[in-house]
Amino acid sequence: MAPLAPPHPAVFLHDAVALSGRFPLLAGVDLEVAVGETVLVEGPNGAGKTSLLRVCAGLVPLASGEAVVLGLDPVRQRNQVRRRVGLLSHASHLYDDLTVQENVRFAVRAAGADTDRIGGACERWGLTGRLLKTSAAKLSAGQRRRVALAVLMARWPELWLLDEPHAGLDASARETLDQLIGEAGADGITVVIASHELGFVESLAERAVTVTGGRITGGRSLTAGTAAEAVAGVDGGAGPAHPGQPVDRLGPVDPDDRTDEVAHVA
Amino acid sequence: MSPNHNVPTSPAQSFRARWTTRIIGITAAVATAVTVWLGLWVTPPDETQGDLVRLVYIHPGVAWVALYLAFALAAVASLLYLWPRTRSLFWDRLAAAAVEVGVVFNVCTLISGSIWGKPTWGVWWAWDARLTSTAVLLVLFLGYLALRRVPAEPEVRAKRSAFVALFAAVDIPIVHFSVLWWKTLHQGATVLNPNLSPTIHGSMAWTLLLGFVALTLVFVWMLLVRYRIGVLEDWLGTGELDLALRERQAEGGSLDEDEAA
Amino acid sequence: MWRDSLLVAGKDLRIEARSRVGLSQVAPFGIVALVLFAFALGPDRTLMAKGAPGLFWVAVLFCTVLAVQRSVSVEAVDGARDGLRLSGLDPAGLFLGKSAAIAAQLVVLEVVLGAGVVLLYGASIEVPWLIVASCVLGTIGLAATGTLYGALSAGLRVRETLLPFLFLPIAAPVLLAGTRIWQAGLSGGTASYGGPWLRLLVVFDAVYVALGIVVFGPIQESA
Repeated sequence: MAPLAPPHPAVFLHDAVALSGRFPLLAGVDLEVAVGETVLVEGPNGAGKTSLLRVCAGLVPLASGEAVVLGLDPVRQRNQVRRRVGLLSHASHLYDDLTVQENVRFAVRAAGADTDRIGGACERWGLTGRLLKTSAAKLSAGQRRRVALAVLMARWPELWLLDEPHAGLDASARETLDQLIGEAGADGITVVIASHELGFVESLAERAVTVTGGRITGGRSLTAGTAAEAVAGVDGGAGPAHPGQPVDRLGPVDPDDRTDEVAHVA
Repeated sequence: MSPNHNVPTSPAQSFRARWTTRIIGITAAVATAVTVWLGLWVTPPDETQGDLVRLVYIHPGVAWVALYLAFALAAVASLLYLWPRTRSLFWDRLAAAAVEVGVVFNVCTLISGSIWGKPTWGVWWAWDARLTSTAVLLVLFLGYLALRRVPAEPEVRAKRSAFVALFAAVDIPIVHFSVLWWKTLHQGATVLNPNLSPTIHGSMAWTLLLGFVALTLVFVWMLLVRYRIGVLEDWLGTGELDLALRERQAEGGSLDEDEAA
Repeated sequence: MWRDSLLVAGKDLRIEARSRVGLSQVAPFGIVALVLFAFALGPDRTLMAKGAPGLFWVAVLFCTVLAVQRSVSVEAVDGARDGLRLSGLDPAGLFLGKSAAIAAQLVVLEVVLGAGVVLLYGASIEVPWLIVASCVLGTIGLAATGTLYGALSAGLRVRETLLPFLFLPIAAPVLLAGTRIWQAGLSGGTASYGGPWLRLLVVFDAVYVALGIVVFGPIQESA
């Protein structure tokens, strides 16, 4: 649970290109997320937000470029990385034939985490009483999401990668989620949230990066009171970008810094 | 693009490669023609088997190619692909080409063996150890090819096929021994089989040797051509990668334009 | 690795206990196969008794295909395969765990089918330890290779037709060996003939279990 020593970023991507067949999911991403930061990844559908998270989780290997997650190579040292990273994806990875309790226990133990926090996590997410003994096949989408969140909470990994976490949750669950993210941030956990429901997540994150066309095309600070918005894009949106052209490398934002955050063109 | 992609930068074959293939092809054709001439006309028929013995110039030859050359090549190439240090799509394409050509030779082995067996053993298919092993190898080859037809990225397909080849390669010796113990009609492993082959002497020996050489050359030529086809197939796919990257990045550009407007 | 394999095996067996697919679908399928074989071979009891070893093992092989398909499809829903990858489970442990679960189901099936063969075909067991040994060793080999091929074909839409085609030729030595050992172990056979075949099974098992431990990780990542 102890975070990495400050010099190492939690996530470091440089000119990352990831392919699915011939289709470039990521077309040259530069990103750095410091330990303990909460970052929002925003962008339109199909921009590559999910792929970005999956690369950080070590599920998708890079075709070129560099990726370092928690100081480790997510492909070569994948098992170590995966045990310290929690990815909340669209699917909940539940086994239909097992009950909620069995699913949570299996998922937590498979990830090599202690089982002590399971009880508390399940309670927090309203998975109690009869619901615990219900087989996963009978759950609604929102309930499945809650189970996945309970697993994440019980595991309490160092890096959280949340893909549209608010989708399918009702109002009280959303509140619980927001609280949870806040607690995680306070505990020094690095959280990366991909979402386009900006209204919910803006208050949670310290900064946001914009992903379009498989690259980071902009960023802005989200800290309270700062009206600054970084200049978006490398070429200001004029024409198609060229391969190999350096992209913004946005460093972490010091929350106390109230000056404008301007993107540096490398 | 980055050197991570094992992609030929152009489909043009080098002058040397083209001419090597051509020369091998021509030599193979000539050798085969001479073997046919020697085998059918020049060499004498056997006392016991008559003209049937002329199959000795074909059957062991295709069997050698299918069972040993093609199979070993595919197995070794697959291993080399799986080994991280030597990983290159070259080995994958080579293995696939070897298997495909191997299937052809395998079928020829079974057919020639069957034709030879009918008058000798009285049946089209005797459950002879070697023919049965050959048949199992054929099925394994076909399984490999079936798996390759499943659409996938070249690297994923290569890895999958290589694993299948590896498992098959490990299995074949075990299959061979089990079938051998199960039934033995082929005595010994060479052409000097008391049932099938009489003493080979004189012109027969030379023709036999020439037959082996000719068939090996035919295999090599077919392998080279098939490999080349594989290269072209893959190149067609990857030429689009740079284009795709630019289009993908342009998504970002055009969207910024929309927002700025 | 061992901890992970126990965890995975437990999970698979618990799913099996919950859903009872093996008991309610695969076992009856095996019995149906035995009955169909009897129809095919005609009412001649001596013929059936002679063919019993082989027919038993063919039925086992078909049931293995079903068991492997089931084992793979458990993970196909709701991205559970990704979930297993994400959990950082030791791939060798995952391989051993899934193989163990399949092996456990196969053992139960073999008891059922064995009883079926004895009852339906009139086979009589003379050397029980040979029969048991062949079943144990054969099961290990089938479970290991089945898990490997299941993983290879896991993500493919054509898995249902491709898996049998890929897996069955590889399993042929188990069929040959198992049949021979059973023939040695039933009345009318010579017990000593079983020896070399048992050794063959041991080699087969050792090779594929070792291969699986080494290779399962890369297979998972490429699927």
